Amino acid sequence: MEDAELVARLRLGDEDAFRFVVERYHPSLLRLAMTMVPSRAVAEEVVQDTWLGLVRGIKGFEGRSSLRTWLFHVLVNRARSTGVHERRPATGVTAGPAVDPSRFGADGSWADPPVPWPDEVDDRLVASQLAERIRPRIDELPDMQRRVVILRDVEGLGATQVCELLGLSEGNQRVLLHRGRSRLRGMLESEMGNV
Amino acid sequence: MCREAVELVTDYLEGALTGRDRARLELHLADCPHCSAYLAQMRRTLDLLGRIEPEALDPQVADDLVMLYRRWQSE
Ligand SMILES: [Zn+2]
Repeated sequence: MEDAELVARLRLGDEDAFRFVVERYHPSLLRLAMTMVPSRAVAEEVVQDTWLGLVRGIKGFEGRSSLRTWLFHVLVNRARSTGVHERRPATGVTAGPAVDPSRFGADGSWADPPVPWPDEVDDRLVASQLAERIRPRIDELPDMQRRVVILRDVEGLGATQVCELLGLSEGNQRVLLHRGRSRLRGMLESEMGNV
Repeated sequence: MCREAVELVTDYLEGALTGRDRARLELHLADCPHCSAYLAQMRRTLDLLGRIEPEALDPQVADDLVMLYRRWQSE
């Protein structure tokens, strides 16, 4: 179902349309909420609150963004207003090299270079197994990196949308993305021995 | 250069490098199999991240929400 049709039906209070958007977006909303509040229980409340926000706000939805992005916005606002505050320090942009510095020689070239990953990584089955293994590792990232990686690389939102959603500058968004992606590549590199 | 190259990978993939930096990096990549391997790994990492499915929705949760929806509508 397209957004326009869903929105029209939701405005009329159509239960099937509501169930459809819940099935489509609830898991993603919960995943994002869990990066914003300290517990799963609070995250579930925030998502439920987001659905209430949809019911109350759907008449004012102007379709300038997708329904999904709009729901993410509602969620971020609800999460911020829970008062249960985030664990992270305000900036969340941490410095740190993409690759362990000990892997480079004194001249800055690789001393311990990356070994190309086996082609089987392209195999769909292996890829989905690896994707499952990388999922819990995302949770090990600092909160802001995790949020940016989930929205950009897992949910597939664009840079501009993510900046708007999280109130980040383009530059900060890229730094967070870079740290997060670099760490995840490193984690996968160590997993590769088990493929 | 390799140590700097790995720090430019995200800006490169995001199209955020200046023309000059981009050209410099591409020149290095053409010349350095290790950094090329690194970039290939990063691309695969992104591909894998895009394959991660959110956890399945518990049907009970959907049912409960539809019940709430009914209540919200009548409020
Ligand atoms: Zn190199």
